[in-house]
Amino acid sequence: MFNVPSADVLLQGVLNGLLMGCLYALIAAGLSLIFGLMEIVNFAHGEFLMLGMYTTFWMYALFALDPLLSVPISAAALFLLGWLTHKGIIRRILGGPMLAQIFATFGLGIFLRAAAQFLWTPDFRQVGRAWIQGPVRILGVSVGLPQVVASGACLVAFGLLYLFITKTETGAALEATAQDREAAALMGINTERMFALGWGIGAACVGVAGAFLASFFYVFPYVGWLFALMAYVTVALGGFGSIPGSLVAGLLIGLIEVLSGLLIAPAFKYAAVFAVYLAVVLIRPQGLFGKF
Amino acid sequence: MAGTTGPVERADAEAPASRRPGWGAVLLAALLGAVLVFPWVFRLPYHRDVAIKIFLYAMLAQAWNILAGYCGQISLGHAVFFGTGAYTSTVLQMRWGWNPWLGLVAGIVVAVALSQVIGYPCFRLRGHYFAIATIAIGEIVQTVGINWEFIGGARGLTMPLRKDSLLAFQFHASKYPYYYIMAGLLALCMLVSWRIERTRLGYYFRAIREDPAAAQSVGISITKYKLIAIAISAAFVAAGGTFYAQYVLYLDPDSVLPLSLSILVCLLAVVGGTGTLWGPLVGAALLIPLSEFTRIQFGGTGGAVDLLIYGALLTSVAVFQPAGLVGMVQRWRGR
Repeated sequence: MFNVPSADVLLQGVLNGLLMGCLYALIAAGLSLIFGLMEIVNFAHGEFLMLGMYTTFWMYALFALDPLLSVPISAAALFLLGWLTHKGIIRRILGGPMLAQIFATFGLGIFLRAAAQFLWTPDFRQVGRAWIQGPVRILGVSVGLPQVVASGACLVAFGLLYLFITKTETGAALEATAQDREAAALMGINTERMFALGWGIGAACVGVAGAFLASFFYVFPYVGWLFALMAYVTVALGGFGSIPGSLVAGLLIGLIEVLSGLLIAPAFKYAAVFAVYLAVVLIRPQGLFGKF
Repeated sequence: MAGTTGPVERADAEAPASRRPGWGAVLLAALLGAVLVFPWVFRLPYHRDVAIKIFLYAMLAQAWNILAGYCGQISLGHAVFFGTGAYTSTVLQMRWGWNPWLGLVAGIVVAVALSQVIGYPCFRLRGHYFAIATIAIGEIVQTVGINWEFIGGARGLTMPLRKDSLLAFQFHASKYPYYYIMAGLLALCMLVSWRIERTRLGYYFRAIREDPAAAQSVGISITKYKLIAIAISAAFVAAGGTFYAQYVLYLDPDSVLPLSLSILVCLLAVVGGTGTLWGPLVGAALLIPLSEFTRIQFGGTGGAVDLLIYGALLTSVAVFQPAGLVGMVQRWRGR
């Protein structure tokens, strides 16, 4: 039943898995931040990513702007979208029934996906000529340079996010709100602002990830869904609400995806990842680094 | 179907008396009459097809409602049971020559068994965790469906054509029987939901939805009743799957196991009103024609206009009116 790949293929797989894992980690960090803050899963997270990718694509197609230069634009656009999502939708369903909490963002995701299809057709699009392209050789195997740059950048973004949360006053306020919103409010923290900020930053994470992803991945309305599923699994594995957990889990998920594809069959690589989700939530519901 | 999975206990309390008992009966009779004569008034095959779709999706949404609306367990993977029903009856027919009605029963049995296997571990999970787990299971099952050659793999299965007969569950010359069979299945599902709503089972379900800890503290076995809810739910969805296979005579993982089907089923129930008897029917009756209409207006996949409206409706309902359209009417009448 198992295929035995050659050492080269295996090494290439591991590298690719780790590179994708960095992207998963940043996407998952945004999701985890929001969940940690208010125990709401953003079911439109994949569509946020898709919009980040489209922002980058259109900047390239309309203004010939390289994906690298689109990163701040995409991040800012998504920050705004996250902020608005909180103000328009999430604020109203806090403390509401579980059904409303799930379907409010789920509906938003369906809406955004359909809007992208309506406005920009279901066509697969691609950034044709980016500054960074072509393969690069690492440890004797060849991997895509855009992937390497994207992963590096995601790690940097991840580090900045971590520093922001642990070292700055605003970050501390976010953390305090996540731990106990009433106590935080009593300490004079504007929790409503923190929630909106959390949504803004959470969405900006996928804005960054999306901009880099667009430099080597097809852009189409449904692209976000698969990444969102990976992010749910990543967040569950790392522990909902744990930002460092997302990094370790993201890398693990990237490895599991690639290795199960190589060792079992490519068709089953995502099924393997979902099986990991089930195993984790059933055996260790708090994930690897969960607080509870 | 409830009888095969668990006893439906008698109501302790009298069913709450309808405020205007006469009107309710008249409306129900009018609705039944309209359903019966519809295919003879609207004779276009297209209209009949839309009506059949409404009935089918209303039943799926109602079945989902039993688990998610009444019992509060939000499944985003109900296509698994739909596909199980469709594949079981079709494979039994094509491989071993089973009668499709027997296949329908077998599909229900397999789906109920599967629902217990899925439910037993997953019901330990709460809220989002459960919802995401059902998505994960749905994706795994679809992957298996695509890659399992025994059940047709990605190519799917084409049902061998038989002569028209009720026994063969195939009708080609006139599609009327499909219409009435589906209407009958929907009526049965509504009847079961109505019984559940008014018996102890329904009170248990709602108690579990509202506050699992409190329900447990008064002696309700939470896992047991969740398993009953998912069994009833899976049974009807599987029956719908077999009906679909017999009606379309072709199935593949993309048509009977996709996530989009799971989502559509939730959407109809949520917009119509979860935890209400008429919500899923209202949702299907409004939204299925809407999707057909946009397809005619915009062609092909309709430029996703139907999904655009669905998504906006879903979010609006969740934010402003979690009880759905029926809940809105009920509140308005209650004033």
